[in-house]
Amino acid sequence: MVLTEEEIAMLEGKYGEGTALAMRIQVGIGEAFDAQRLVPISRAHVALSNQEADLWFVEKLLHLGAACRVSPTVNPGFDLSYFSTVATVKSQDLEQMARTAQAYRDIGAILNYSCTPYLFDNIPRLHEIIAFSESSATPYVNAVYGARTNRESAQSALCAAITGRVPEYGLLLDEARYGTVLVQIEARLQSDFDYQLLGYAIPKKIHGEVPVFMGIPKDVTPESLMNLGAELNTAGAVPMYHILGVTPEAQSLEQATGYRKNLNTVVITNQDLERVHDQISKKPGPIEFVMLGCPHLTLRQIQNIAQLIHGHKLRTELWINTSAHTRLLAERLGIAQIIEDAGGHILQDSCVDQPIWAHLAGKIGATDSPKCAYYTARRSMDFVIRSIEECVAAAIKGEI
Amino acid sequence: MVNAVNNSKEFSCHKISGGRAEAPCIISPDDICFYLCDPKTGIVLEEGHALKGRSLADKIVIFPSGKGSSVVQTDGLFQLAMNGNAPKAIIVQYPDTVLVASCIILDIPMVDRVDPAFYHWIESGVTLHLDADRERIRVMAP
Repeated sequence: MVLTEEEIAMLEGKYGEGTALAMRIQVGIGEAFDAQRLVPISRAHVALSNQEADLWFVEKLLHLGAACRVSPTVNPGFDLSYFSTVATVKSQDLEQMARTAQAYRDIGAILNYSCTPYLFDNIPRLHEIIAFSESSATPYVNAVYGARTNRESAQSALCAAITGRVPEYGLLLDEARYGTVLVQIEARLQSDFDYQLLGYAIPKKIHGEVPVFMGIPKDVTPESLMNLGAELNTAGAVPMYHILGVTPEAQSLEQATGYRKNLNTVVITNQDLERVHDQISKKPGPIEFVMLGCPHLTLRQIQNIAQLIHGHKLRTELWINTSAHTRLLAERLGIAQIIEDAGGHILQDSCVDQPIWAHLAGKIGATDSPKCAYYTARRSMDFVIRSIEECVAAAIKGEI
Repeated sequence: MVNAVNNSKEFSCHKISGGRAEAPCIISPDDICFYLCDPKTGIVLEEGHALKGRSLADKIVIFPSGKGSSVVQTDGLFQLAMNGNAPKAIIVQYPDTVLVASCIILDIPMVDRVDPAFYHWIESGVTLHLDADRERIRVMAP
């Protein structure tokens, strides 16, 4: 790889050992993918996870004197001010979150604690070169905005934020962005939930390809696209897609495919979605809690929940994870009150895959998110997977 | 590129994360998310996974590609490493940034672009000697 003087200075430790370590990792990734050079980034998003590896790495960089050249936004961990009042949360878990917050603050991150930064805090434009980790974020910024990022890990995105550079390979180059397989959607797509199943059904059918979706309506909602991306990167690794006539690099089939001909076509039917649904969901029956907001719910989704819940008393716990912005708006609009009066909780800054949920181990809940069910399997939570509307009805009735 | 040396075969590959390892291999037809392994045993926990119930600890793990969100892959490997149950090395067909960054950070040797003949030659349990820095994999004689 050919490096600039400034990049060599970073690598050689002129900006401290922390920057040098971050640079070695960026160069190592570049060499693995045969990148010719590094290029500057204007934005980053680090999928902070508040897990041991995450804390170990950010503290290591910090102790070596690293600081971010480009302040990244970060993913949720959990809301310390709320969970420090919850009796079931262990003090060591509170300590880890506090340390994580401190380390990220000190290294220069923006502590927005949101897995949907692409909806408000960190919105790139077409062709902008950025470094985004987080499974729902990477495809959203690539596909929906036409910005350019590889599917960064939390650690590589942090190294990009520190060095202000990413190796130029993969989705930063035109060639890798073109669609290589056509995906004809014949399944009914009537709700945001259908896109959860669609996203989960795709990866096994298109290993490693960039899909061009045909048959997704022009008025597809941001929530549907958020769900689609989250599941594409839970069931597999699909950081880029096109929607013909919708996404900016797919205004025509020729543009989306770079004039490639004779591409394979994969057809997705209702049966495909039903099959995947049966495979990943537990059987319906009594449930003990409802977990929503993986990715973080939007204001529109929370408004919808408030309407459904208004005047009811919930039989089970209902947890709604969202961003601090959305939580603030929900309070301002009186929606938070409606949900809390019914017995539900709207949480900011928090993720479903955190130790705060230890008390739910061994219990069966409902969620709209296959991603939520997939990762929390390690925390021994089981889920019936249904639409938000059905999940809310289940919280009212105690069964689904 | 196949060289017979003392009944072993040697194949070329491409270095992603440096280092050397000698261990039995385990082959997964499915992509792997290391977060869905038990850190205490290295056993694959994922429902429906071809290697469910088998341990990846101290093996050279051969699989098509990594999968899973951008944080859990690293944490999965980190937890396995802290418990002494990480793979000895990784051989993939389709590397992704998440897996690459994880292996570099955790010093796990990793290669790709292995001579296609390799895949016809090996089976799970065979001992491999992998030298990522020299870009060579030797399949030891049984």
